[in-house]
Amino acid sequence: MNLLGLLVAVPLGFMVAALLLRGSGRWLILAAAPVMAGLALWLALLPPGTTLLVGNWDLPLGILLRADGVARLMVLAGALVIGAIGLHALVDPPGGKDGGAATAETFWPLLYLMWAGANAGFLTTDLFNLYVTLEMVSLAAVALAAMGSLAAALRYFMIAMLGSLAYLLGVALLVANYNTVDVTLLAQVARLDLATVMALGLMTAALLIKAALFPMHGWLPPAHAAAPAPASALLSAIAVKLGFVILLRLWFEAFPAITGSAALHVLGGLGAAAVIYGSIQAMRQDRLKPLVAYSTVAQVGYLFLAFPLVAGAVEPSSAWAGMTLHGVAHMLAKAAMFLAAGLMLKAAAGDRIADLGGLAQAMPLTVTAFGLAAVSLMGLPPSGGFTAKFLLLSAAIEQGAFLYAGVLVVGGLLAAVYLFRALSACFAPLAGAGPDTASRGPVTGGVKAVAPLALAGLAIVMGFAGTALVDVSAIEVPWATPTVIQPEVAP
Amino acid sequence: MELLAPEPVSAGHIYAVTGAILTALGFYAFIVRRHALRQLLAVNVVGAGVFLILGGLGRGPDAIDPMPQALVITGIVVAVALTAFGAAMIVRLAEAPRSPDQGKAGKPDA
Amino acid sequence: MMTFAPLLLVFLPLVAAAVSFALPERLSSWRNAANLGVAFTKLLVVAYLLNATEAGLVFEWRYEFLPDNDLVLRLDKLALLFVTLSVFLWLMTTIYAIAYFDRGPNLSRFFGFFNLCVLAATGVAMSGTAITFFLFYELLTLATWPLVAHKGDDKSLRAGRIYLSYTLAGSVAFLAGILWLQSLVGAIEFAAPPDLTGIPALTLTLIFILCIGGLGVKAAIFPLHGWLPEAMAAPAPVSALLHAVAVVKAGAFGIVRMIYDVYGIGTVADLGLGLPLAALASVTILYGSVRALMQTDLKKRLAYSTVSQVSYIILGASLIGPYAVIGGLVHLVHQGIMKITLFMCAGALANRMGIKAIADLDGAGRLMPVTMAAFSVGALGMIGLPPVAGFISKWYLGIGALQSDAAWVVAVLAGSSLLNAAYFLPLLYRAWLLPPPADRPAIRELATTRDRMLILPAAVTALVSLGAGIFASLPFSPLAWVTLIAEGGYLR
Repeated sequence: MNLLGLLVAVPLGFMVAALLLRGSGRWLILAAAPVMAGLALWLALLPPGTTLLVGNWDLPLGILLRADGVARLMVLAGALVIGAIGLHALVDPPGGKDGGAATAETFWPLLYLMWAGANAGFLTTDLFNLYVTLEMVSLAAVALAAMGSLAAALRYFMIAMLGSLAYLLGVALLVANYNTVDVTLLAQVARLDLATVMALGLMTAALLIKAALFPMHGWLPPAHAAAPAPASALLSAIAVKLGFVILLRLWFEAFPAITGSAALHVLGGLGAAAVIYGSIQAMRQDRLKPLVAYSTVAQVGYLFLAFPLVAGAVEPSSAWAGMTLHGVAHMLAKAAMFLAAGLMLKAAAGDRIADLGGLAQAMPLTVTAFGLAAVSLMGLPPSGGFTAKFLLLSAAIEQGAFLYAGVLVVGGLLAAVYLFRALSACFAPLAGAGPDTASRGPVTGGVKAVAPLALAGLAIVMGFAGTALVDVSAIEVPWATPTVIQPEVAP
Repeated sequence: MELLAPEPVSAGHIYAVTGAILTALGFYAFIVRRHALRQLLAVNVVGAGVFLILGGLGRGPDAIDPMPQALVITGIVVAVALTAFGAAMIVRLAEAPRSPDQGKAGKPDA
Repeated sequence: MMTFAPLLLVFLPLVAAAVSFALPERLSSWRNAANLGVAFTKLLVVAYLLNATEAGLVFEWRYEFLPDNDLVLRLDKLALLFVTLSVFLWLMTTIYAIAYFDRGPNLSRFFGFFNLCVLAATGVAMSGTAITFFLFYELLTLATWPLVAHKGDDKSLRAGRIYLSYTLAGSVAFLAGILWLQSLVGAIEFAAPPDLTGIPALTLTLIFILCIGGLGVKAAIFPLHGWLPEAMAAPAPVSALLHAVAVVKAGAFGIVRMIYDVYGIGTVADLGLGLPLAALASVTILYGSVRALMQTDLKKRLAYSTVSQVSYIILGASLIGPYAVIGGLVHLVHQGIMKITLFMCAGALANRMGIKAIADLDGAGRLMPVTMAAFSVGALGMIGLPPVAGFISKWYLGIGALQSDAAWVVAVLAGSSLLNAAYFLPLLYRAWLLPPPADRPAIRELATTRDRMLILPAAVTALVSLGAGIFASLPFSPLAWVTLIAEGGYLR
């Protein structure tokens, strides 16, 4: 088993250990976070072309794990985000409102399950294996959502399961049609026929549910609103990204010859609609967590808005990098924002935005983390969000796609409107406490703010590492390697 | 072999068509029924349909292709596990005291 | 030193910001020492750089932050003009701010963001590419917001909201303009203006409008000026350094860069864009003056005066003639020094005697003679009376207008000067010639160290603005330096 296998196996091992150790299993994150971060960093620095055939079965039967640019960035960002969320959960246990120890105990195995599923999903090119990873991540996501509200989780579960089956039906059609489900093999034999179009349509619809793209986003805000902060952070940062990455595999690797520009513009249009709709909904919220959740709906829109820009570009690598970096920046910034929001809500009088008054004095570090994350989400420089938006906006303008360019610009402004509303509330004096609120001491120790601050800081620092990240994202891009990947047999 | 299944191609199609019908029925039920338990059952019917299609389409004229069968088995395992998980959640929700924000999904079927 | 000098100028305020954020409120003396120390160090570095740059050296630092898009910090003479101005005024304002706030709440946060603003202003000045400029320009927007909202009351939060909605909308227009131009000509470097031949005139005009519109928000060009009077809800040091100097100047400076280092005066003239911009600037000059006349609040009157005065720079830049350019650029410095004097005096009056409305100024000159003397120098300079620096600016602008066959501009200048006199002279009359109200207690203006720190910075800047006018012909005076800049390439 090489590094690629370890990235999946190690979290699974930690999951089993966490299950066995029960209460004290939470300390495992102290080992898991650095180990996984190290592995992921190693992955990012591997020479191109590293692959693993699981169990030494050759294609088309075997399962190919492969580290292309998207996988490297997503696995690395995922390791940093999940590790930070885990460490944060140590100092700020996700007890939920009923605060049971049982909730905290179930959190850890779920975290590792999602970690393993997400890594496998980012790395594999096998559409059926992707189904399995999708289920792993969905299962963990539903259970995490259930830590907040069972009803919302059940709603999420039903729609997710239906989506999974639609995806599986698509896989069935592809198996019958091509006798393979490997993306790299499909790319060579893909032809335009009814079965393929149906399969692609079913799978896309299913994945749009998982990625929470408007109008399939219905499950996301209620599931996020009630869940404890670390769970929300995992849902928004990791769970929705897997659906997006699988869609990339389908649309740009397996079937680039079939996905016509009209279909791409449908996805792009949905993305644009998601940006506008999500932003407007976020502006209408008067509670903090639904605001952040609707911001995810809007941010996911950018990822799909990029689809026609990548496909339409003469030199697609910069739009591709913009799309990938947006995913990574959103992971970091949104996880930071949910963690910060969780701390802020614990300190505030209530869960409304108006209740946040005085927090800028009471917990400056946490509010700073929220603010830095907001900067990245708004796409203001210097930040990963800006780098991504810069690349996408350049691509849109170059192609004369002024509608998409307009949405990119307006979306950033709308994000500023709703995010600054929340920030501005933090600067207001504490409601009903008079002008002497400044004398109030900090309500949380600095240590709790470390994880959100670190993640938000990473999102900002990303803005200075653009060139390196663009280079990584260009490793083994679909259009650069038209020939089949000949995997070396793993030792 | 020939005596038992003289026309394997058509047999495969029968499975597939049945599967398609089951999928449609299940999907209809999922949309119409609001109770969580019925929705779970509807999803399972969809699942059965999908597995039938997967298995049926995999039957070639000469031999049975093992790959779809392997996929079906994996799929069934996943579906069973998820159904158990969903059922557990439904039970938990039914047992939980009704708080104002979590009463909607469990409301009785019309 | 060659490459790292620009980086050092950015790094120093970052140190001050980090120290300010990190130190708790009770260690305020440490924080003050760090702020003053860093500001002073930076002034020394700039003094060295002025010497070196005059000798012909160009400092440049470059980092590829995206493929084909470099972050470039480049210290040419124009950059150094703005850097020197902001560094000198930063030191003055830091001294002033320490005295002004004394031991108020949330000062760690205030000084942290204050330093970030200075960092951003320095960065704006040194930016060598359009994208670098945008980066620091946005940082300036973001770092200023907490300062505007500093007091946290409804008025400040409202001002912050208005400020953001104007500036963020402006910056996306600017970004769209930059990216549009980049998609046609590649990365834009100020040191090597792009070749614009072959691009349709309409496209170029639209891009120009987007960019100037975006920059014009910060430069408070009519009708994009609405945020500036509102932002006066901020504490006096913020109004003084940021809203009189850093923020509005960043906008004006960007417009100068766009006209001279991106489009080039030839293209701007060919497209016929100079005249409309000059007309808009003239409208702003007159409009701002008229609105200033109508204000009863001292800071609001100064704010509208800023709206009016900043457009002198744009007027000078858009007239496209050697003397007009010199007049505009030198006004960038002169207006900064004079306006900061006025704002620091206004803050001192409010801080010491609670004077906020103009009607309360009666007799202020007898109670706080040093403050009012400094204020008077600033006000006379604004009107354009010799020998204060403002006269030099207007003189060159007027000659430049005649050179560019735009005699109507002279009328605008004359009208504006009359209006300036109309809204400043009554203040001086009230302060010096009317008796103070009977219920106003007498104070000793310079009794404590804190009082001196509050009032003397304004006196220093007032003296400097006198000196800049009287010694305009000496080397290293603003005028001499601007003439160097103009000879270095803007006199084509």
